[in-house]
Amino acid sequence: MEDLKEKLKAQLIEQLNLEDITPADINSSDPLFGEGLGLDSIDALEIIVLLQKEYGIKIEDTKKGKEIFQSIDTLAAYIEANKKS
Amino acid sequence: MNNLTIKKYVSVKSDALRINGEIALANGSSADFGEFMKHIYHFYKVSYLKFFKMDALSKLGFIASKVLLIDDDSSRFEPEEKAIVVANRSSSLNTDVKYNQSISEIPSPAVFVYTLPNILQGEISIHHNMKGENAFFVQEKPDVPFLVNYVNILFKTTRTKKVIAGWIEVDVNNFYQAFLMDVEESDNNSLIANFDIDLIQNQLFTE
Repeated sequence: MEDLKEKLKAQLIEQLNLEDITPADINSSDPLFGEGLGLDSIDALEIIVLLQKEYGIKIEDTKKGKEIFQSIDTLAAYIEANKKS
Repeated sequence: MNNLTIKKYVSVKSDALRINGEIALANGSSADFGEFMKHIYHFYKVSYLKFFKMDALSKLGFIASKVLLIDDDSSRFEPEEKAIVVANRSSSLNTDVKYNQSISEIPSPAVFVYTLPNILQGEISIHHNMKGENAFFVQEKPDVPFLVNYVNILFKTTRTKKVIAGWIEVDVNNFYQAFLMDVEESDNNSLIANFDIDLIQNQLFTE
């Protein structure tokens, strides 16, 4: 799980153009949106694309998005539980 | 209405960033577009992370406007009194092509949002709190008489007291050129140049 979290941090930095931020700057439990990394709604869409492209995961229930995208911890847990084996 | 004056003008081309015709930052290493924009960003200590998410056209417009207004006290005017009038030749084609290429896989929402040229004005307006006229024109080549006429009409017929006007172009081959002027009514203290068609067309724009 820790490996997945580190990989996710690197992928988010690359995909979302988070300039001057390194994986070490992102605390796994910090909020991704709002006060945390300050991501916005377009970033949320990019994360949905990332999940689909890199992990083959589609978020069917959009109401769960807020919960899943809360932090690196919640995102990694969702991928772990839903990734195609 | 007093005569209109150009308080300051900025150009960005592949060789240098110029302020009022003088080189302010040369692209000495001939860095590519992205590197040069980042260099200007850091040189002027800009702090606006959204800059890195912008497409090439918005980056160019944003950075040119940031340098143009860096010492300007924008609180002198109401947001509704500050306008932007910009033109270019290639619209948002540079980004449109990238978006079209991404469609073969999963289209990128972050690229899609920049598939309109006037998005660059939105980025400038948000950052500088400008809520006045917001016009973008696509022209074969810079039409200075049209631009000057349009800006004059704005000052005469609306609440406009300040206009950011010029040309922001990025084509499909990544050729780029920005030329922005800060236009206000003359107060005799900050006159750089008259807002004059011949002067802009034959001198300022070509510097």
